[in-house]
This record gives sequence, structure tokens and C-alpha cells, in this order.
Amino acid sequence: MPEERYDGAWPRVAVRKTHKLYIGGAFPRSESGRSYPVASADGEHLANAGMASRKDARDAVAAARKAFPGWAGRTAYNRGQVLYRVAEMMEGRRAQFAAELAAATGAERAEAEQEVSAAIDRWVYYAGWTDKAAQVLGGTNPVSGPFDNRSAPEPTGVVAVLAPQDAPLLGLVSVLAPVVAMGNTAVLAASESAPLPAVALAEVLATSDLPGGVANVLTGRTAELAPPLAAHADVNALDLAGAGELAADLEEAAAQTLKRVLRPDPAVVWSADPGLSRIRPFLETKTVWHPVGI
Amino acid sequence: MSGTSGTDTDGGRAGDGAAEPAQDQNRARAERKGSRLDGQPLEYAPAPESRSVVRLREAYDPFIDGEFVPAETGEHLTTANPADEEPLAQVALCGEADVDRAVAAARRAFDAVWRELPGAERGKYLFRIARILQERSREIAVLETLDNGKPIKETRDFDVPTAAAHFFYHAGWADKLAFAGMGPDPRPVGVCAQVVPWNFPLLMLAWKIAPALAAGNTVVLKPAETTPLSALLFAEVCQEAGLPPGVVNIVTGDGGTGRTLVEHPGADKVAFTGSTEVGRGIARALAGSGKRLTLELGGKGANIVYDDAALDQAVEGVVNGVFFNQGHVCCAGSRLLVQESVAEEFLERLRARMALLRLGDPLDKNTDIGAVNSAAQLERIRDLAETGRAEGAHAWSPPCPLPERGHWFPPTVFTGVTQAHRVAREEVFGPVLSVLTFRTPEEAVAKANNTPYGLSAGVWTEKGSRMLWTAERLRAGVVWSNTFNKFDPASPFGGYKESGYGREGGRHGLEAYLA
Repeated sequence: MPEERYDGAWPRVAVRKTHKLYIGGAFPRSESGRSYPVASADGEHLANAGMASRKDARDAVAAARKAFPGWAGRTAYNRGQVLYRVAEMMEGRRAQFAAELAAATGAERAEAEQEVSAAIDRWVYYAGWTDKAAQVLGGTNPVSGPFDNRSAPEPTGVVAVLAPQDAPLLGLVSVLAPVVAMGNTAVLAASESAPLPAVALAEVLATSDLPGGVANVLTGRTAELAPPLAAHADVNALDLAGAGELAADLEEAAAQTLKRVLRPDPAVVWSADPGLSRIRPFLETKTVWHPVGI
Repeated sequence: MSGTSGTDTDGGRAGDGAAEPAQDQNRARAERKGSRLDGQPLEYAPAPESRSVVRLREAYDPFIDGEFVPAETGEHLTTANPADEEPLAQVALCGEADVDRAVAAARRAFDAVWRELPGAERGKYLFRIARILQERSREIAVLETLDNGKPIKETRDFDVPTAAAHFFYHAGWADKLAFAGMGPDPRPVGVCAQVVPWNFPLLMLAWKIAPALAAGNTVVLKPAETTPLSALLFAEVCQEAGLPPGVVNIVTGDGGTGRTLVEHPGADKVAFTGSTEVGRGIARALAGSGKRLTLELGGKGANIVYDDAALDQAVEGVVNGVFFNQGHVCCAGSRLLVQESVAEEFLERLRARMALLRLGDPLDKNTDIGAVNSAAQLERIRDLAETGRAEGAHAWSPPCPLPERGHWFPPTVFTGVTQAHRVAREEVFGPVLSVLTFRTPEEAVAKANNTPYGLSAGVWTEKGSRMLWTAERLRAGVVWSNTFNKFDPASPFGGYKESGYGREGGRHGLEAYLA
């Protein structure tokens, strides 16, 4: 309840943010018109987040598919610069991310700031991988005949990512960045209980030269969004990091279209150096032969 | 028919009307060829490879823990020569108890010996196996041809030497695994359950067993129901090499045996090559089990021929692409995409080349096309070809007398095919080519990628930049440009999309067998 101050002025009322989905480079509300209340670690109401529907998930897959050829076709150097730009944009919003993270997890401010730093650095880490993974993972094969033969990794396509439930920023970045770094496009379902950092990240992505549709962020019930993504015929791979008890059922649904599935690792430590562990599962190896002769 | 005498097979089953007794084939062929080639006598005398080098046993037991031991089921299957339908031998139909024993033997060997053995020593066993396969190559080639129906030319020059090469290649990895890209101290996965198909029985076994053993795993392998003999001969090779008991176990049987094996709780890793349908089932069954899985499944490869291609070379490549091994090849180039401006000329040359293919006795060294492996497979090929005709595509086969006994299907090309036709969408796994045309490179790529599969593709052009542009856009694990159906142990093989996941061969292939 605002009260008139002694000098007769009224205090300013803060402008609150509407937390929406991020699909195809735009910020729509859920087509279902639903939202759900998000509470802080100590139970205080923070905001209403969009509660994406199955239809929103399908729309996000369509947007990701549309964006795939263009993003995969970018030079690795260009993708690296875009990922670095994401880090730059996050750096400028450190305070916001730290505050949201502290509210979501109940972490101390210093701890939250440390995690924000790690999340920013992770974008920088993957920005550096974009033009190196192909050399590390590919190469020339010494076949027994007059042929040039080389193998190179390529992005697998559209990847559905279930973000970790309990690591709403570093975990989120750790699953999204490696997917898009190598040219895949992503449909990400945010942590169900702590989706607000994902919405903030979507706003960063939208201003980081990342083409619309390359990363799509859904907030809502994981149990509602994950099954249609796992069964979707136009999704090539599935990261089950945040699947929890749904993991086995989702893996079974993914079998119908032979998706690549990255199973959840209960022992994962998000602050550890990931190396290629989250890049490799979403790559295909293409081998090209050509005769050598005159 | 573009200057080539042929059989317009619309409205009838391909080749049926042309069937004639085998002994008359040569004369009949000579007469037809003679008329086409202006009287040039290009006839071949029969040149059969001798069967005497192979000593078949009446019945074969499964190979478990280093010995051939009777299956507990007491049941048997009969494997027959698809070229004359004569039974070759009986093999055990292994059941749950047999699979249990084999997995337990593999586990013991893994824990007690194989994982502990220094890599260099493990490698020497693989080198030995490679050498024995080379030494016994003629015997193995004849056996494989008898059991599978493929031409001796192919088993002798491709299947067996390539299988030996796989062991030789992987032998050298055994003490260099730290360089496989899986970290400084990679570990084997454990017991591998491996199921292989009937199209390249020994070679697929080599693709599975060589990397598994090199990485320090032990295996239980199930060969296909209709082609178990070369795997059982391989078991003898393991004995001859002195391989520690239990490192390799071979259980024979049918699909039920395979299911029991891949779903066995004692298996840490499953590797399967076969149909996409069965692959889906395995992926479903293994969901939530935590088992590692690699799948090498079906395909519907496109061979793109641009207008600037060296046409005669492209014809050779297209013929090899779809008729090699009777088309029983998951990466077969079963769709020809030819640029409209050269389509007519190309098809004329293709038909002329197809008319020179020699179908018949697989043991004859001049045979190009052997027998279809089983009656069931022949039925599937006939069904799809029938559907192709019913859907309005035009079928053509060269004059091609089919032997009276055995399972045979003539090389067949379908024109007037659209992308909606089943024969252009579904894997035929037989000597059946569907021809589509295109105008622009973009259209060629779009059509080539218009399939849930993504195993192989071919590009034929004399322009390097166009080749690379096309190869870059093809969503397929192997792209052969100005060549087709080339394989090498150092070259990773495997598919995109619903052609499966994981790679076999090369450094990449080791990833599936290392933790």
C-alpha cells in the first residue's frame, strides 16, 4: 500500500516483468493462456510463469527445425562469436541473474554471484569449442585404397533439452550451450520450480545475435512438456538432465523415432570441466569418400 | 526399350516368365548377348569354385566358454543353401539357459582375464585371428557363399579379406586406447551382447567383435538365423588362436534367442545391426536399463547423378550401389536421382550395363548376382516390387533366366517413380532400384534427404565444389562421391536419424566399447 510521503510526493511503483515463453525469437504467452505461480526458496511468491502446453512445445519444435539449416550452416567462427556475445550480455546483467538465483535457490548473495560467473564463463568455454571440436573429433582416415576419406562431426538437428531441476542457472547454461555451440537448435524445458533464470536467459539470448528459433525456452510442467518432445518425430535428440523419475519412460518414447538420448547422470557436478561430454552426444559423424586419381 | 532387349515386367512377377532350366541358361544367355553384341561370342564357361575345401558337420553346438557344448534346449534349426534349398547343417536353437551360460562365461572371462591382460597381449590375439582368417580365407569364403547365397567373387574378394582387415586394424588399438579420444585411462564397458544380420555374416561379426575385444570387453554374439555357419567357424578360429575361454561366445538361434540376449541383465552393452523395426524394439526394451546401445539399421540411400558426371563411371557406381550383394545392403544406393537433362541417356546406359549382369550359381567365379538369402526375404522383395507396379511405377529387368531351385530375384529398375511411392520410401533390401529425376542441386538434396533414414548417399559430378556442396547437405553418415559401397576398417560407418546411432570402424567405432 503506497503512502503519501511527508513532502507530498508518492513513491514510485515498480514495473514488474511478465514472464513469457521464448519461441522462434519471440516472447509469446502460452497459447493455452495458462500460468503458474513461482515461489522463492523460502516460499514467497515471486511471479507467475507461463505454463507452456503441448502445442507450445510443438510450435517450439517447428521453430527449431526452421532455424536449423541456417544455424548449422553458419561458420564455426561465427557461432563462436554469437556464444561469446551471450556471455557479454549476461555479464551486463550480473546483478539481475544473481538476485534471481538467490531468490530461487536461497543461496547467499556471494554464492549466487559465483554461480553467475561460472555460468557466464561456460558460454565463453563453449564459444571456444565451436571451431575446435571438428578437428578433435574428426580427421582423415587412412583407408587401404586410392581414396580420400575423411570424417567430420555435424550437428544432429533439433535437440529437446530438459534442464536440470535443481541447478537453475549453471545447470541450465551447461545443458543449453553445448547443444547450440555445434549448430544444433534446441527446445529447452526450464526447471519447473525455478524457471525465472531461464526466462532471464531467454531475454539475453534474444539480444545476443542468436537467430530466432535456435534456442527456444519453455516454462511449465516437465511431466507435461517432456513426453510430447520425447515422442516428436522431428526431434533428433533428447537430453534427459532434468527428467528425474520420468527418464525411463521418456527414453522408451524416444525409441520410436530412434532419437539420440543423453541419460541423466546422478553424479553430475555442474561446476566441473565438462570437456566434450555434452558436445559429443549431439553430433553425427559424416564420412566422405572420393577417389584419388588423374 | 532403348536399344536393349529386356523384360517389361509390368503386370507380371519379374522374371517368372523367363525361368528356364539352369543348364540351358548359358546357351540362352549366349544367344541373347550374341544378338545384342553383333555376334561377338562373350560367353563364359562355368567356373565353379570347389566345395571340397569346406567340411560341414551335420550339427553344430553353440560355442560357450571356449567349447562347443550342446544347447540345453535340445532344439535345432536347419540352415540351407539359398541357391538350391539343400540343407547344409543343423544348428542349435539356443534358449534362455544357454544365453545365461554364455553371458556368465563372458563375465568370468572379463573379470578374470581379459580386462586384466595388458593391451599389447590382447592385441596379439586379435593379430592371430586376423592371420588365421587370411590363412583359411578360401574355406571361409566358400562356406559363406554356401550359407548366404552371395557370389564367391564377393566373399572371396570382399567379405573375408575385409573381416581379416578389421581384426588386424583393431589389434593395433588394444595398447593405444589412451589415444582413442575417451580420456587418458579409458575402461572397457564389460560384457557385450551383439546381434548381427545375414547379409554379411562374417564381416558384421568382425565389425562387432574386433573393436569390442580390442577395448577389453568380452562378447556373446548371435549370428542370424539363416547364416550361422561362418560364426561357428569363427569360433574354431578363436580356439585355434588360443583365445582365452569365454572371451568370445557364439549362441545360435532365432529372433527369440536374440531378444533373450539383448535383454539379458548380465549384458552391459548391446550392439545390433539389422532392421529399423527390430532396432526400435531393442531401444524400447533397453530404456531405463542403463545399458549402452549402438544400432546400425536400415537405409534408403540416394545416388545423385549430376549432368556433368562421368556417365559410364556413374553407371558402374549405381549398378554396384544397388546390385552388390543382391541389394542386401543397408547402405545400398536404392534410389537413383538423376538430373533430368541426362536421365534418358543415363537410363539407356544403365539398362545396357544391367543386361551384362550374370545371375546364377553363387559358387561360379563369374557370377555377379547370387541368390536371395531366404524365402522370407524373397517374399518381401516381391511384395514391394508388386506394390511398385500397383502404384503405377514401371518395372524393367534385363533378360535374366532364373534357376529353377533356390531363391532368386532379377535385377530390377523402376522408372516413373515419385517420392510418394512405397518402393521409393521403404527399404527393399533387394536388387531393386527406383529412379527419380531432378532439375536443380537444391531439389536433388531435398529429395535425397526426404527419408527418415540417413545411412548413405552418393554424388556423381566432375566438379569438386559441387561435390562438396552436395556432400555437406546430405544428411547421411557415409557419402560416397564418384564411388560407392566402399568400406574400410579405418573408416567410421553408421547412420543419421532412423538409420541408428553410433559408428563402427575407425577411432569413432571404439567409443561404443569404452567407458
